Amino acid sequence: MIKRSFFKSKYLPYLLILPQMAVTLTFFYWPAIQGIIQSFLLSDPFGRRSTFVWFYNYIELFTDPLYLESVFITFVFSLAVAFVSISLGLFIAAMANRALKATALTRTLLIWPYAVAPAISGIMWLFLLHPSYGIVALGIKRWLGIDWNPVLYGSDAMALIVMASAWKQVSYNFVFFMAGLQAIPKSLIEAAAIDGAGPFKRFWFISFPLLSPTFFFLTVMNIIYSFFETFGVIHTVTQGGPGGATNILVYKVYQDGFVGLNLGSSAAQSVVLMSLIIVITFLQFRFVEKKVQYGG
Amino acid sequence: MKRMKLFVFFIIAACFALPASVFAEPVTINWWHAMRGPRGDVVEKMIGDFNASQTVYKVVGTNKGNYDETMNAGVAAFRAKKQPHLLQVFEVGTQTMMLSGAIYPVYKLMTDTGYDVDWSRYLQAVLSYYMNADGNLMSMPFNSSTPVMYYNVDMFQKAGIAPLSKSAPITWDQLGDITQKIVSAGIAPAGMVTAWQSWTQIENYSAIHNIAFASKANGYEGLDCELKINNPQVVNHITRLKTWADDNRFMYGGQKYQGPSAEFTAQNAAIYIESISGIAKLLKTVKDFKWDVAPLPVEAGTLKPQNSIIGGASLWVLNGHSKKEYKGVAAFLKFLASNDMQEYWHKQTGYFPITIDAYESLKSKGYYDANPFQEVGISQLNRAIPTKISRGLRLGYFVQIRNIINEELEQVWNGKKSPQQALDTAAQRSNDQLRTFEKTYK
Repeated sequence: MIKRSFFKSKYLPYLLILPQMAVTLTFFYWPAIQGIIQSFLLSDPFGRRSTFVWFYNYIELFTDPLYLESVFITFVFSLAVAFVSISLGLFIAAMANRALKATALTRTLLIWPYAVAPAISGIMWLFLLHPSYGIVALGIKRWLGIDWNPVLYGSDAMALIVMASAWKQVSYNFVFFMAGLQAIPKSLIEAAAIDGAGPFKRFWFISFPLLSPTFFFLTVMNIIYSFFETFGVIHTVTQGGPGGATNILVYKVYQDGFVGLNLGSSAAQSVVLMSLIIVITFLQFRFVEKKVQYGG
Repeated sequence: MKRMKLFVFFIIAACFALPASVFAEPVTINWWHAMRGPRGDVVEKMIGDFNASQTVYKVVGTNKGNYDETMNAGVAAFRAKKQPHLLQVFEVGTQTMMLSGAIYPVYKLMTDTGYDVDWSRYLQAVLSYYMNADGNLMSMPFNSSTPVMYYNVDMFQKAGIAPLSKSAPITWDQLGDITQKIVSAGIAPAGMVTAWQSWTQIENYSAIHNIAFASKANGYEGLDCELKINNPQVVNHITRLKTWADDNRFMYGGQKYQGPSAEFTAQNAAIYIESISGIAKLLKTVKDFKWDVAPLPVEAGTLKPQNSIIGGASLWVLNGHSKKEYKGVAAFLKFLASNDMQEYWHKQTGYFPITIDAYESLKSKGYYDANPFQEVGISQLNRAIPTKISRGLRLGYFVQIRNIINEELEQVWNGKKSPQQALDTAAQRSNDQLRTFEKTYK
């Protein structure tokens, strides 16, 4: 018999959700609404004058070819980060799942990079790949004969920040894939093995489909990560350069708003960014989730 | 019970009464600055000296992070009506501060509090950066620097090039020959590197040759100014650097100073253009070669080069405080401009002493004979009376404009755009920013 408690008071439930509502309203909705209002204003940083300018800030944004380029760069960047970090995370998880010796140790060590802050990760990669003082960069230039220079070439810089951003996210993905793999019943794998399926086939036809919920979740998380949290990497490694080649949307918001004190434009950019994330997440849930198998 | 209440009441009353009863509590002056590390220690020492020198005022210095963070802290505090008395703001924020309506102009503060300051005894090229169109000083210069040219003396010797003069600038053509010799003899992989390319190669290049960076006297005389950097001289200069980049006489090392500085200290480049405030760092890091300082090159045929322009930050007095406190602020600013403080500041940080008196005092004590490279920047700054074009730049959204210039120059270095195209786009994009700024303050 299921025991259900219920309350006579009409107000108690409201009272109970009040703290949660208060926190959400003050820390999420209020700033968001402020941001939307600000995006219709031109105001000086000291807040002494504000003019309502309708869609001026948005028109300025969308007539700026560099802003549209920044949107494009952001998509290229986040897809690259998501692809690299998810595929590597899955690969390592599949390997670690079959590890025979020191399993606990290998798994723990593989999780470590996640504890590194994006800014630090950026600096470490810079030490390796900076054209002037990067140890690996010197090797690339000397032995591979490639003119590697992320300070000068946009594509090199993009490759560098994708690596630095994806690297620490691999660990995050690894943890979830590992958990997903552990949850797959051994009996299914063993049955397939008896039927003569090799390790690769077992993975591709059994583990991989059963991992689809994890896969879906991680795609959403990785895209959100690359949209926002990679700020630290960009800030320490390229500052959006060279020639704006790595100027992703969130970095531009910071540059224009915090450093340049153009609050109206920066607010309009935040609103665009927010809408993009809402649309992307919606599309993912609408179209991709249908193909996900939650049942075992 | 009643007695207990009475007792508590007295305790509370005593607590409230206590601070008021302490006689002659010093007036607190808050100063928010962006100086950290060794420079922060120097600032603390100067504040300590001021506080020890008198008992009426007490200055409290607080580091609020780097330049943008400090400015944002000041803005936020002003909005919350909790602003400090003094706020250090970087030179690119000058226009925003000047138009903010949140400031008490320094020239006015000094007259109102009864100080008769002889501004002609200050370095004019420093003051002019912070003056309004009428020639009144709006903020007190604090840390000011200017770009100079560092060179590797050992490499020059190897290439058989005589050391450069510390007062007479060489020409860009001569620099082209020098870098040519060094690169073709294989003495260094690259000729020159430069830090802060917009500041050193466009802003200062324009000032030295008296070429307008922007219309309306570089923005001093109106918000409706437009960038003029796509003029033939600057285009020609950038084209030359691009040619040099193609045969390694010039190497692009990044927008800020870290990359170029690393190239110079690793002896990958023989010449390094950077602020005089880089002296301290080179003294500390370079152990394996000799280096020296020379003024920035000029175009051949420049008979009288103008002064270079400064970078750095100044101190803004924010309004909304009492008269008594402003007296303290004025006393503190006066104290900072004293010879002792200016000499100490210059020796410790490499930034300019802002008064001619302090400069001459240092000179008479033989400081520049012992440290000749420290004088290069000052003489480059003082070699001419600033014109309307060489006195400085007064642009809205200057941070964004420098970003734009950086982006467009990088397109030149990596071959995506021609110098003319890049500078045209830079001017046009910057003008969009200037129009938005103008619209905001209309």
